[in-house]
Amino acid sequence: MIDVPAHITGTVWKIEKKPGDPVSAGDVLVILESMKMEMPVEAPEDGKVSEVRCKEGQPVSEGEVLVVLAK
Amino acid sequence: MFHKLLIANRGEIACRVARAARALAARTVAVYSDADERALHVEQCDEAVRVGPAPARESYLDAEKILAAAKRTGAEAIHPGYGFLSEQASFAEACAAAGVVFVGPPPGAMRAIKDKAQARTVMRDAGVPVAPGSEGHVTPDAALDEARALGFPLLVKAAGGGGGIGMQVANDEPELVKALRACADRARASFGRDAVYLERYFPAPRHVEVQVLGDDRLTLHLGARECSIQRRHQKILEEAPATAFELPSPRPQVREKLLHAGLAAARAVGYANAGTCEFLLVGDEVYFIELNARLQVEHPVTEAVTGLDLVQLQIRVAAGERLPIGQDDVKTRGHAIECRVNAEDPVKFFPSPGRIVRFDTPVPADGRFHDGVRIDAGYRAGDTVTPFYDSLLAKLVVHAPTRREAIARLRAALDAFAVEGVKTNLPLHRRVAASDAFARGDLDTRFLEKLA
Repeated sequence: MIDVPAHITGTVWKIEKKPGDPVSAGDVLVILESMKMEMPVEAPEDGKVSEVRCKEGQPVSEGEVLVVLAK
Repeated sequence: MFHKLLIANRGEIACRVARAARALAARTVAVYSDADERALHVEQCDEAVRVGPAPARESYLDAEKILAAAKRTGAEAIHPGYGFLSEQASFAEACAAAGVVFVGPPPGAMRAIKDKAQARTVMRDAGVPVAPGSEGHVTPDAALDEARALGFPLLVKAAGGGGGIGMQVANDEPELVKALRACADRARASFGRDAVYLERYFPAPRHVEVQVLGDDRLTLHLGARECSIQRRHQKILEEAPATAFELPSPRPQVREKLLHAGLAAARAVGYANAGTCEFLLVGDEVYFIELNARLQVEHPVTEAVTGLDLVQLQIRVAAGERLPIGQDDVKTRGHAIECRVNAEDPVKFFPSPGRIVRFDTPVPADGRFHDGVRIDAGYRAGDTVTPFYDSLLAKLVVHAPTRREAIARLRAALDAFAVEGVKTNLPLHRRVAASDAFARGDLDTRFLEKLA
């Protein structure tokens, strides 16, 4: 399992993948918004989305796990 | 003059407006969200009203709460600053209906330019040069036909957008299809409407703009600024006068063409109060991109070279006074440069919220010039920068007789500016100020990419 954390503190603006979706390294999983800027959170490796741990509109802190990928 | 002015904003611009109001002997009312209860702007006003929770939509963007605060405190006027409610014609109209003066242009002028695709048509009809682009809004089907006629690369822009949000470059048809969808989604979420239009994409233009100021009888220009140094389509360093017309060799005819177009754009919509007409400069051609119906972040560089206080003039015009100057009285002296000091990673430009533990400025952060250096700040040591609002912490402005001396002053001031606790773009500004390309005035909107 690979935990994908928020790299900045902000709000979840958009969730681009759902559980079961296959992803490649570099695919955008979630887009965060902070200080009027959009910040994409990308898949660090190839895999499959096993869990989405955030909701659109939810405030998140840096380091909080947003998505869990399965190898 | 007003006895009491409500400032519907936060951060450095709320502090800036409060200073102007004090100079005019008006009392000031701050508004604040729960995130800003102890913010600097609250401290700098005579009274303060809480308007809601931290998210802007529930506080600084809530027109009803802002107006209610003005009524309750007996404020006769509202200064909106920039961002938030500043360009919402419906808010200006609601103020008028409530008998409160909105410090800004007439709502009619705001409506005429609110939709950026519509503004292009108005300007073109008034003889202002506009960038090639679509006729008004485009649907996804029509966009492909328009794009084939215009040729790539193109920029897909949200008609209700601004601040670099809701813009996508498309180099070919598949990219255009993606960009149209992404841009419309973003526009719907951010601005409440999904209308988009197409504009020619220039890969490395210069960004120049004309400050305009009017009352109900006169429209003046206060010269040009250059704001070519940008990241993510947002300006980080601005200069007056515009370097584009000075280096490598003077181009007075192109500058005159720009100033003329700026005035024509303002007059086309019956503009009054302060505004900025933004243009792209490509070779010797200028192309209108938008008219910002408000005070700009970078207004201090114009104040430095003209010696005028734009915010005081805004308030005086709104109070019904006539402009105390004519076009011939507008003289520029020396060169000014502004750096936007943002709470962000200087390399990746990621936002960097957090608690500021050190905030040492080169001169007192009181918005006044001290030996040619001015700091307008919205924060001080001990404050927390939250993710809810923009990342601007402070503006550093330098003024000197020549651009060369202004750069020397800028380098020294940047070295004496120290912020700890949040990351800032100060290291980036130091690299820009130290670079040969900047000294040569070799600027365009790709400047930062080339600096790396």
